[in-house]
Amino acid sequence: MTDTPAGAIGPATLKADGTGAPLLETRGLTHRFGELRVVCDVNLAIARGELRAVIGPNGAGKTTLLKLLSGELRPTSGRILFKGRDITGWPMHRVARLGIVRSFQITHLFPQLSVLENVRVAVQARHSTYNFWRRAEALPGVVERARALLEEVDLLPKAALPAGVLSHGEQRHLELAVALAAEPELLLLDEPTAGMSVEDTQATARLIRRLAERLTIVLVEHKMDVVMNIAQRIVVLHFGEVLAEGTPAEIRANEAVQDVYLGRGRAAGAGA
Amino acid sequence: MRWLQRLARRPMLVLAVAFVLLPLVVPYYALASHMLVFGLFASAFDLLLGHTGLLSFGHAAFFGVGAYTAALAAKLFDLPLLVCLLLGTAAAGLWGLVVGALALRQRGVAFAMLTLAFGQMIFFVVLQARGLTGGDDGLRGIPIRGLGVPGFEWRLDNSLHVYVFVAAAVWLALWALQRVLASPFGHVLEAIRENEVRARACGYDTVRVQLVAFVFSALFSGFAGALYTFTLYFVALETLHWTLSGYVALMAILGGSGTVFGPLVGAGVFILLRDIVSTFRDDWQLFVGAAFVLCVLLFPRGICGTLQDVLARRRAPAAELPAPAVAPTLARQPREG
Repeated sequence: MTDTPAGAIGPATLKADGTGAPLLETRGLTHRFGELRVVCDVNLAIARGELRAVIGPNGAGKTTLLKLLSGELRPTSGRILFKGRDITGWPMHRVARLGIVRSFQITHLFPQLSVLENVRVAVQARHSTYNFWRRAEALPGVVERARALLEEVDLLPKAALPAGVLSHGEQRHLELAVALAAEPELLLLDEPTAGMSVEDTQATARLIRRLAERLTIVLVEHKMDVVMNIAQRIVVLHFGEVLAEGTPAEIRANEAVQDVYLGRGRAAGAGA
Repeated sequence: MRWLQRLARRPMLVLAVAFVLLPLVVPYYALASHMLVFGLFASAFDLLLGHTGLLSFGHAAFFGVGAYTAALAAKLFDLPLLVCLLLGTAAAGLWGLVVGALALRQRGVAFAMLTLAFGQMIFFVVLQARGLTGGDDGLRGIPIRGLGVPGFEWRLDNSLHVYVFVAAAVWLALWALQRVLASPFGHVLEAIRENEVRARACGYDTVRVQLVAFVFSALFSGFAGALYTFTLYFVALETLHWTLSGYVALMAILGGSGTVFGPLVGAGVFILLRDIVSTFRDDWQLFVGAAFVLCVLLFPRGICGTLQDVLARRRAPAAELPAPAVAPTLARQPREG
């Protein structure tokens, strides 16, 4: 799977400082629920180290796109390539082990387990599953790594509490730590600031920018100010199709995007 | 309360002491043996319900397969006791692999119904194979066994000997079981119980992990069944009946599903109650059922679960008091992400 990208991918999709071969690539990615095409012929090329945002109105297919990329859903057609390997149709746990990990829009934790255990068990996935005998806490390095991750998201003081009692903002941060525990190369974030206060949103945006220094990130987000501030490139989805793609400045100036977001004429989606 | 907390840190020691004291407070030895055997069975069952979040409704099959296999190994081939136990355990584990591989394609109610169906299959096969199994008369004529350890001929021919042997075997099995629960694998099970989709997103092959848990549960259930054979030297067809699958769920929930020794306590209470009430009345289910309702009202998380909550509340400073955890839901559907 090392052949050159199909003609559908324009030259603008590769970052200037990228090496040329994208980390993640989709070709004609399509997903149907019955007659409804939720994701339609999406071609993406995401370079290593990029922070890419995916925006679009409700129902544009953003979450479905993430589910396809993470292996939770199988695409109806089209292909997904990661590090040059065709991973189309791989089950979620194999995709995760290869390096694509997704955080969830609705907080998806292990509510009765402690904050530390939430991260610890996620770190453990890289080490050991079928070890029946030694104590889980005794796996070398696992607890230390989990504590370091909690430190990174400012949750270390709450390590012993059950995850279910954390505040919403804290749970979102724990969500991030659990995703990071799997040591992804590509992190898929589904609305990491959903329902957060202004201060929490800013803190999370700072955190994401910090993570972007060492990871490739695809960020689905509703809050325009967050996206415009931290994303390097933006993809706009509309009715499952790519409406526009470009830098934040280009997207801001794009008329078709303005139409969609200002609610002027839905026909714009078809013409893109 | 401090001494209680210190004891709670050495659960296997507490258990050993309790096993020594049990026959002194229970009316007769055979009853004490049964309390432990079913305690192990309920603990094995709860590996799935309380720790993995899977409700199996056909667990009598594994107990029964263990019991019948061990009994037949003794009766037909005159094998030594430990070999009989091993064969019973292995047969149950093998059957667990088959049932688990097929039933784990489903979750929730469908999973429970599939396990029930497989349990009923075994029940009717054993009922029909009258020549071999005695059908509904049960399997009789199992020869008295010694330990079969050279130089240590100790025959299980009276109920005290049986109790000592059963207590040691159940203690060992529970020790192994709680090591599995505390292992990395055990922690993956808890994670799956809490949120299967998330566990998959972490990179765990959750279906395979659940299958391994299912086989473990079947192995321990089969071992309990094999032990049961040598408490009475008789296997009743009831060991395969679906009502036992229900009773074992009841025992686990009564004692505290998801706690380490809750199912053992629940089974003890259940067997004791049944024994006492059924000597006076034929309709013992009515009384045990009423006691069960009362227990659920008084101890919503089971006897041990509720006790644990009370202890935790005393220990934790009031400010950091975590909200009482909700009982694990039986059927967890993958939530929309």
